[in-house]
Amino acid sequence: MQTIINAFPYLMEGLQVTLYIFGIAIVLGFLLGLVVALLRLAPFKILNWIAKIFVDAIRGTPFIVQLFFIYFGLNSLGFFSLDNTTAGIVTVAINAGAYFSEIIRAGIQSIDKGQTEAARSLGLNSTQTMRHIILPQAFRRMLPTITNQAIISLKDTSLLSVIGVADLTQEGRIQASATFDAFNVYLILGIIYFIVIYLLSMLASFVERKFVLR
Amino acid sequence: MSMIRVENLKKSFGDLEVIKDMSTVVEEKEVICVIGPSGSGKSTFLRCLNRLEDISGGHVYIEGTDITDPKVDINKVRQDVGMVFQQFNLFPHKTVLQNVTLAPIKLKKGDQKAAEKKAYELLDKVGLREKAKAYPGELSGGQKQRVAIARALAMDPKIMLFDEPTSALDPEMVGDVLDVMKQLAREGMTMVVVTHEMGFAAEMGDRVLFIDGGYIVEENVPKELFGNPQHERTKAFLSKVL
Repeated sequence: MQTIINAFPYLMEGLQVTLYIFGIAIVLGFLLGLVVALLRLAPFKILNWIAKIFVDAIRGTPFIVQLFFIYFGLNSLGFFSLDNTTAGIVTVAINAGAYFSEIIRAGIQSIDKGQTEAARSLGLNSTQTMRHIILPQAFRRMLPTITNQAIISLKDTSLLSVIGVADLTQEGRIQASATFDAFNVYLILGIIYFIVIYLLSMLASFVERKFVLR
Repeated sequence: MSMIRVENLKKSFGDLEVIKDMSTVVEEKEVICVIGPSGSGKSTFLRCLNRLEDISGGHVYIEGTDITDPKVDINKVRQDVGMVFQQFNLFPHKTVLQNVTLAPIKLKKGDQKAAEKKAYELLDKVGLREKAKAYPGELSGGQKQRVAIARALAMDPKIMLFDEPTSALDPEMVGDVLDVMKQLAREGMTMVVVTHEMGFAAEMGDRVLFIDGGYIVEENVPKELFGNPQHERTKAFLSKVL
């Protein structure tokens, strides 16, 4: 019990890092996903292609390889040097962005064509139609899948411990070896992740209920 | 100047030629009813009038502006051409009031206050003022379609297009919607109405267009077209629906 009490403050520090990385990466990832989805649906073949190649590349490779590529691979070129936290945020954002873009694309396409026609017939241009009519409806529909991807991305942040980011998992590893109580430390680690993810899904279902489509 | 002038309109979907050659003119305050069998191209004809369909050939002039000209600001033209759809297409995430005020506010036809005042007047006109704060999902089909009419009127259009406005309604709802359309017609709105309601066409139409096989087969005042059709195809169609 004492080992856990001693380890706990370190784990909380790690949790802060995890939430910080997750918070920034998920917002960037969502914006990236929105841009990629719109490119994917744009009336220009070349843009569709670029978006599709990006999504396929991310979906077709493991997260850890993407992380190594960005942290070790890009840094080895010598043009710039990303610290491990930045590299981690970038990787999580790019990875989530690819998945988000597919969710957003499907959401946009699920909205009835009549909605676009009604908006355009009133004189709204395509940007106004997307912004005021299509996206608000699409987002409500996407919310459960978006939550799901956010949870996956949160869990992916634990892999950043491999490049030495002092996140929750990394702090757990340090405490496990420092205290020689791996069983209890990793148990607590799991419980902390579980609680955070549980709170995240509660928040999501609250938002969902608030914005339910009538 | 005519409100609408259609010259040798053509429209194909891939290899399928839906509109082969149509020409007609609609004058100010005229009510034109378009009838014909399903698949004859009458909805496509209507949708070409505000370029919801890309036009394959010919010209469509709205108040003298050739909307087939790629340089034309189609969004501007559409502000003057209201459209009502068979499936209503109300915005489900907006209240009735927001449905009606959205376009005027976003397109800067006035501030929110003025738009709402106008919206309430229009909702009065279609008999749905008390539904202003409701969402479309809470309305019946007939109520939805009347809101859709109010929404289109909020932009002060000079022309109203109706694409089978009563076809998706329960029979007891049809009358309310037709009454609103009749009132509009009496107030002098220029209207093009694709419809299966022969009664409405006979009563309100200044002219009736019979469309079949991608052509305007026959075009006449309702009394003549219904009472004394000239073409075999018109006769055959009318014998089935009347």
